[in-house]
Amino acid sequence: MTLRNRWRKTLSYMMLSLTGVCAVLAVAVLFLILGYLFYNGWRSLDWDFLTKLPKPPGERGGGMANAIVGSLQIIFLATLIGLPVGFMAGVYLSEFGGKTFAFLIRYMADLLNGVPSIVIGIFAWTVVVVPLHHFSALAGGLALSLILIPVTARSTEQFLNSVPQTLREGALALGASKWRTIATVVVPAAYRGIATGMILGVARIAGETAPLLFTSLNNQFWSTGFDQPTASLPVMVFTHAIAPYDDWHRQAWAAGLVLLLGVLVANIAARLILSRGISVQR
Amino acid sequence: MSTANLPSAGSAAGKPVGQHGKLKAVHLSFYYGTYQALHDISLEVPANRITALIGPSGCGKSTFLRTLNRISETIRNTRVEGEVLLDDENVMKVDVTALRRRVGMVFQKSNPFPKSIFENVAYGLKVNGHRGSLADAVEHSLKRAALWDEVKDKLHKSAYALSGGQQQRLCIARALAVDPEVLLLDEPCSALDPIATAKIEDLLFVLKEQCTIVIVTHNMQQAARVADRTGFFLLGKLIEYNTTEIIFKTPARQETEDYITGRFG
Amino acid sequence: MATSSVLAAPSPTGARAFLKRLRSGDEVARLITLAFATSILLVTVGLLYELWIGSALARQRFGFGFLTSSAWDPVSERFGALPFIYGTVVTSAVALIIAVPLGLGAAIFLAELAPPRVSSTFTFFIELLAAVPSVIYGLLAIFTLVPLMRTVVEPFLSRTLGFLPIFKGAFYGVGYLTGGVILAIMTLPFIISISREALLEVPTEQREAALALGATRWESTWQVVVPYARLGIFGSIFLALARALGETMAVTMVIGNDPSIRASLFAPGYTIAAIIANEFTEATGEIYLDALVGLGLVLFLLTIVINAVARLLIIATTRRGSTNP
Repeated sequence: MTLRNRWRKTLSYMMLSLTGVCAVLAVAVLFLILGYLFYNGWRSLDWDFLTKLPKPPGERGGGMANAIVGSLQIIFLATLIGLPVGFMAGVYLSEFGGKTFAFLIRYMADLLNGVPSIVIGIFAWTVVVVPLHHFSALAGGLALSLILIPVTARSTEQFLNSVPQTLREGALALGASKWRTIATVVVPAAYRGIATGMILGVARIAGETAPLLFTSLNNQFWSTGFDQPTASLPVMVFTHAIAPYDDWHRQAWAAGLVLLLGVLVANIAARLILSRGISVQR
Repeated sequence: MSTANLPSAGSAAGKPVGQHGKLKAVHLSFYYGTYQALHDISLEVPANRITALIGPSGCGKSTFLRTLNRISETIRNTRVEGEVLLDDENVMKVDVTALRRRVGMVFQKSNPFPKSIFENVAYGLKVNGHRGSLADAVEHSLKRAALWDEVKDKLHKSAYALSGGQQQRLCIARALAVDPEVLLLDEPCSALDPIATAKIEDLLFVLKEQCTIVIVTHNMQQAARVADRTGFFLLGKLIEYNTTEIIFKTPARQETEDYITGRFG
Repeated sequence: MATSSVLAAPSPTGARAFLKRLRSGDEVARLITLAFATSILLVTVGLLYELWIGSALARQRFGFGFLTSSAWDPVSERFGALPFIYGTVVTSAVALIIAVPLGLGAAIFLAELAPPRVSSTFTFFIELLAAVPSVIYGLLAIFTLVPLMRTVVEPFLSRTLGFLPIFKGAFYGVGYLTGGVILAIMTLPFIISISREALLEVPTEQREAALALGATRWESTWQVVVPYARLGIFGSIFLALARALGETMAVTMVIGNDPSIRASLFAPGYTIAAIIANEFTEATGEIYLDALVGLGLVLFLLTIVINAVARLLIIATTRRGSTNP
């Protein structure tokens, strides 16, 4: 083998090994994140955290029960608005859409998907907070729903599109009307994918912080209604992480752990549902 | 099972059986956009007989079949000229879901719904409003499709657990459940082995006593075996239409003879 | 014999016919779903409108000078977007410079070399990385990355490459460089997963042709496969860029919050998203608020453009398929 060829071969081995290193590094980052978060968060997580209200800085103890409940309140609102609207829009795009209008809606949905969530927050602020003159869980829920709607619409559309046309024709040929075919044949055929898309969407908005910063703001206490400022886990993580108190840092780790666990469990569950679904059907 | 359990079946009740043209195409032309797929087709499908439509790929026989129950409308940008008459009624003027209850269809590749066997057969009944026992109606349909013995113990299993031939007979049972007057079959055996094919062909002989059958087939021998009348399509035109015996033994047109003898396929 | 030419989906016109169709249920279903779909359109238009109106005062006062001014003084009410645009661009650039080689390398490994089981397991974990919320990255960055930068990385760079203007000056651990690094970590999963899919779509015949001519594995990958997939890879880069531009929480927590323009990467800075996050609720006065909304508008337009380019590139790959680049 000539010297040049030997060099080419060596280069090949080197570069390809390097790519392996890159891949390992990328995955290692995930495990480092998880590991560090678990380590610090687990030490800080206790029963108090899950059940008590925050204490003023300087006092030890206390928890973030209000943030956990607050997050659930806000997410509940967001899914109440976002999932049905997104789902229906997805049905329109897949089953009823004409060429130009559907294209426009699709384009707008993709546009919205790419808008930074803080800009969505500004919009929710102008539309809800300003007229009502105070921050509220409602505003936060609306902001998150605006992120959820285009995501749900596109994923619903994608899974409905993947249902073979012959299934629709089979139902129509039996005398079913179009809406009936959609409701009783097409949607059930695609439900696994649609559900997965919804779970992933909710998991995504559960971790969003920026839009909540000036919509639902924060709250040291329980919020008494949807029209009150409400604590949420992501915002708590933020405020406690940048504060100068050690005890608050401890709480931030715990909150971060709870948040991450929720998001990861939802993600893994969704992917399992989807993969099992594909192997069951033809 | 009588038709009394389904809402009124329209003008079909009480008409005599025989050579009367159950389904008629009158100067039918069909367009995908600007492309003309069917040219001026006129033919009469006799009641309670099996009519086969043969011809090479792309000749328009499936397109023609799909205009008969207006399932061609699910494709955008299509146009129909001329008329299709069911019992002398223009199908365009009739409510399309009512039409499709009277004119059923079985597709080329079996397309059972992702539901149980029972739910598949019951679907048409539920959609069209069935009074009386659903279970009885489902059993009756599965018996008519010669599938009952094979599935009676697993009615609530997924339809996808069945073999290809069984799935196609399930689709036939599903179509039969609403008691159609006409059954359209679009190359129903093309994906099946000879044994499954034979089972379905035997089925058709029995069914034609209760039903008018139109079958599109790629397989000339099949047409020769089952059909009373045969129509030969070529390039979107109906070249010849006559009793099966005449088409296969003494065709009038040269193109028919060339196709039958395998000079082109 | 009467011939009638009718549309295949007959829809006789007129109010009576419309009411008739309404009863059939299909039309109702269409209208309901249409209404929901239109809401997406309304939201997007509304968003643009509110951003435009909400920044009116600032636009009137500063005009296009808003984009070029580097002042940010709430007291004297002078606002300019330049430091934030600069910070956004610099951190994103740093992020891409780190993430693209790393991401592309990992994608090549996963698409070309790894056995399928390894490839899909790795991809599963990498896609989980994309699901980690931004604020969690920020939390980790504050307590792990910042000290690491301050005590190890930045001193090292200062010692070895300190003659370069970008590595001059004091270092605190927070700043453009740290912001860029955390952004790199966050955009890595996107680059990897999209590039990997683009590489997987390259037909095997291409690889085989190169190998059959005596090329090494690396040469066939780098000189044939990667160029073939370059549209999709560029698409992934633009997508990552769009993500980086709009990224708020993690960067806010490590950027240093200094609205000035500095050459050194060690220096603290500010991004558009970060200042909105920090100061929106503190803003006093109409002009102040409008300036922040104006920044939001700038960010909105920036990300739309980048996203549009990204999508065009990705659509171009899938449509092209196996035709010649």
